[in-house]
Amino acid sequence: MSDHYEPVIVGFLCNWCSYRAADLAGTSRIKYAPNMRAIRVMCSGRVDPQFVLTAFINGADGVLIAGCHPGECHYVNGNIKTMRRFLLLKKTLTQWGIEDERVQLLWASASEGIHLAEKVNAMTEELRALGPLRWHEKVLGENGKVPVAVKEA
Amino acid sequence: MTESGKPKLAMYWGASCGGCEISVINIHEHILVVDEIFDIVFFPCIADFKYHHVESYPDKHIDVCLFNGAIRNSENEEMAHLLRKKSKVLVAYGSCAYEGCIPALSNLTTKDATFNKVYFDNPSIDNPDRILPQTSTDMPEGTLTLPTFYHTVKSLDQVVDVDYYLPGCPPEPPQIWAVLQVIVGGLLEGKPLPPAGAIVGAGTTALCDECEREIQEKSIDRFYRPYQLDPDPDQCLLEQGIICMGIATRSGCGALCPTVGMGCRGCYGPPEGVIDQGAKMLSAIASVINAGDETMEDDELEHVIQEVIDTIPDPAGTFYRFSMAHSILRRVKNGKGDS
Amino acid sequence: MERITIDPITRLEGHGKIEIFLDKKGNVENAYLQIPELRGFEQFSIGRPAEEMPRITNRICGVCPEAHHMAATKALDALFDVEPAPVVKKLRELFYSSFYVTDHSVHFYALGGPDFILGPDSDPAERNILGVIHKVGVDIGIQVIECRKRNHEVIKILGGRAIHPVAGLPGGWSRAMTKEEQKTILGWAKENVDFALFTLKIFDDIVLANQAYVDLIVSDAFTHETYYMGTVDEKNQINFYDGLIRVTGPDGKEFVKYPAKDYAKHIAERVEPWSYLKFPYLKDVGWKGFVDGVDSGVYCATPLSRFNAADGMATPKAQEHFERFYETLGSTKSNGRYSPIHHRLATHWARIIELLYAAERMQELVEDPEITDPNVRPIITNTPTEGIGSVEAPRGTLTHHYKTDENGILTDVNLIVGTTNNNAPIAMSIKKAAKGLIKNGEVSEGLLNTIEMAFRNYDPCMSCATHSLPGQMPLEIQIHDADGNLIVTQSQYID
Repeated sequence: MSDHYEPVIVGFLCNWCSYRAADLAGTSRIKYAPNMRAIRVMCSGRVDPQFVLTAFINGADGVLIAGCHPGECHYVNGNIKTMRRFLLLKKTLTQWGIEDERVQLLWASASEGIHLAEKVNAMTEELRALGPLRWHEKVLGENGKVPVAVKEA
Repeated sequence: MTESGKPKLAMYWGASCGGCEISVINIHEHILVVDEIFDIVFFPCIADFKYHHVESYPDKHIDVCLFNGAIRNSENEEMAHLLRKKSKVLVAYGSCAYEGCIPALSNLTTKDATFNKVYFDNPSIDNPDRILPQTSTDMPEGTLTLPTFYHTVKSLDQVVDVDYYLPGCPPEPPQIWAVLQVIVGGLLEGKPLPPAGAIVGAGTTALCDECEREIQEKSIDRFYRPYQLDPDPDQCLLEQGIICMGIATRSGCGALCPTVGMGCRGCYGPPEGVIDQGAKMLSAIASVINAGDETMEDDELEHVIQEVIDTIPDPAGTFYRFSMAHSILRRVKNGKGDS
Repeated sequence: MERITIDPITRLEGHGKIEIFLDKKGNVENAYLQIPELRGFEQFSIGRPAEEMPRITNRICGVCPEAHHMAATKALDALFDVEPAPVVKKLRELFYSSFYVTDHSVHFYALGGPDFILGPDSDPAERNILGVIHKVGVDIGIQVIECRKRNHEVIKILGGRAIHPVAGLPGGWSRAMTKEEQKTILGWAKENVDFALFTLKIFDDIVLANQAYVDLIVSDAFTHETYYMGTVDEKNQINFYDGLIRVTGPDGKEFVKYPAKDYAKHIAERVEPWSYLKFPYLKDVGWKGFVDGVDSGVYCATPLSRFNAADGMATPKAQEHFERFYETLGSTKSNGRYSPIHHRLATHWARIIELLYAAERMQELVEDPEITDPNVRPIITNTPTEGIGSVEAPRGTLTHHYKTDENGILTDVNLIVGTTNNNAPIAMSIKKAAKGLIKNGEVSEGLLNTIEMAFRNYDPCMSCATHSLPGQMPLEIQIHDADGNLIVTQSQYID
């Protein structure tokens, strides 16, 4: 494990709750791990599993999906669909060998800045302990990069 | 070889089953027309040209090369490069060449585990000296070589540039004949060919468009394994709880599998605009699970949804059954940090 | 040592390479058949739901997916401990018989047949399906196409798809046959019988009536005395779908008869470092090397093997031809059995007789009034554990062995595939033919093709229908003397 490894977390935060929570953490000057790159989506239900996989292939060590508490979704039940997708995605990712801690779901309302910050801190340490994922480099490796010589006539 | 002036056709197989070769033959009487139009210059399944004959051809000598099969070993890759060099038009023919197909299921395991299972750990093996196939073996008479078995199965376009993709496992004969006619029109009559990189011989929407089963509302309480239900013959299979990949699969085959009461498994690949067929199917299936609502507490919500998900036995192997090599992640993390 | 490489071998399904080594005198020292491919179905099937195996193992072979589909389906029967209803067995066997008709007929006309119909030494430009058509007439070519077309239609109607069918289920089949379909398929079954008889007549007129071909068939270069394996019913008659696996010795005596579930007691597989394909042999005899004889555990599994392993055919016309086969080739009958025929090229003849049996059997089954019973898809509630299923694939006895957890997810898979049984015998046939034909470093085009004939009679998993074959065999042979100087280069059809 490299000394320079800082876990990279891609966070999909919903506009109405969890993104506002992150905003609140910021304006409240709450210190927390800087490892999450926040991406705002209108609803956590917008998060297509392809986004999560794309995050991994592009270097993320973990992905956080954060939405409103069930019952508080701006679109009524978008976050219910999030939960369904999340649970099926977790089952699938286990088959790919991706550890449980690398994709996490959080409900955080707009006033829960501290709650979000604590989650990011905790997830950062879990990923630090797991080590980097670096899918392209460590899993796919040299696969396909070395050209094969063509036999000449 | 006498120069007949006819366009030259080749068909080659990487890690393949031969089904694509048979699919070409299954255009039945049209094959006589193909025979009239083309000269076969390389087609190991049915003709006796050898590798060094292909090596001796000038570049772009072959007008159309139908390359089926996945890239599993170094010989497959060498031949992909060779045939790319010697062909004007290279078609990734069938699901293996397009996106990995069944051989790419091997990407959910490892080379070591595969060799261990095949050569050491099975009920009928007799191999006390733990012999494994070697890329080079010195025998009393001389050295024998074998190609290298790669850690990861690749699609054709992951090793060479591909001109067209013809999806299906295998492609269906009416589609094959339609594509051959387009190619012949281009070669002999100067008619326009599809743009390079196009997916040909298939539709652009989802399989549901072609399926004759009745669609009502998708709201699934639980999933059934195919032997746990005798499904209604007229109603959508997915709505009855039988997993059918049709919603995330490109149209073009005529919905053959649902017609006989078995769910689609996605062999025509993802519909237009979808990169990762497995992830898309995952998303689509999750969307129509009828479990959980906004009145529930967190624990209960997770529990009821998980119960339904527990009735889906093998999401990775089902949703990515044919498209593993083209998936975003491509292969399982093997914990060794190498490919 | 001087080396002749044939790469790739052609007119079969799959990849292969032959290396022939010559001694200083230019005679064959040794020959190797190397299989350079491996996909690893036994490993990547683990973790999959067992009921998916008929659809996954289809893709082991796209020429005979029906064989894998059927072996997998029968393994599921055993896995879930369900006895299929009579209508299910009949429907499956009907489907399977139709597949045999298309597969065997294509091999004869397009793959193995041209060597006989036109001759091993004939002009290579003609020695292909086109030449066959020129010789016997274009109407025959259309008949072969039509035969394939109607039987693939049966496979599609009953199995969902013409290539890679999907209907196999534990204890069942995903759809029943309607009475309209029964009528249509009955008409096709009768056409199949006529076509089979016609094909046998072609074999009579062109092969058996030609003494040179008969001499080739009975020549020592193509003769091996090994054990023979096939599946037989309770009367010891050949059955492709079900029965006990019977092995008879080079002396013609029954050696062992066992149910599929006991396969691992009788068969073991060896590994060589120069091939990805394993070498099965009979455990109770033991591996003695690539040699013939009653003390060598080498066995083969082909139409000829099935003939030698059985006492007869279960349908009348096929039985007539079975008897004629043995009588013509000089076999003697004792205790109701014919002594075995060891001439490997006779496999081509046995194959067409099997074609006739498949056609007759198909007709029998489709005429059965029970075959349109709609109850073909039972609901299974048993907990799966372990199951083994086998069928006769056209190219040999095929065995699927599955173990699962209580949810039916595979934890272990073992497969012994038709052609795998024949790995050692094919290697031996190539070596013997090469030894018999290459002398003093002299090679000829006919010789090169004849070495390939040693391979082709086993029909290693490939069949094809009418297609243009220029018939050129661009093989380059370089013979070096003991000092490495090139003394002979013989090239064929290379510009």
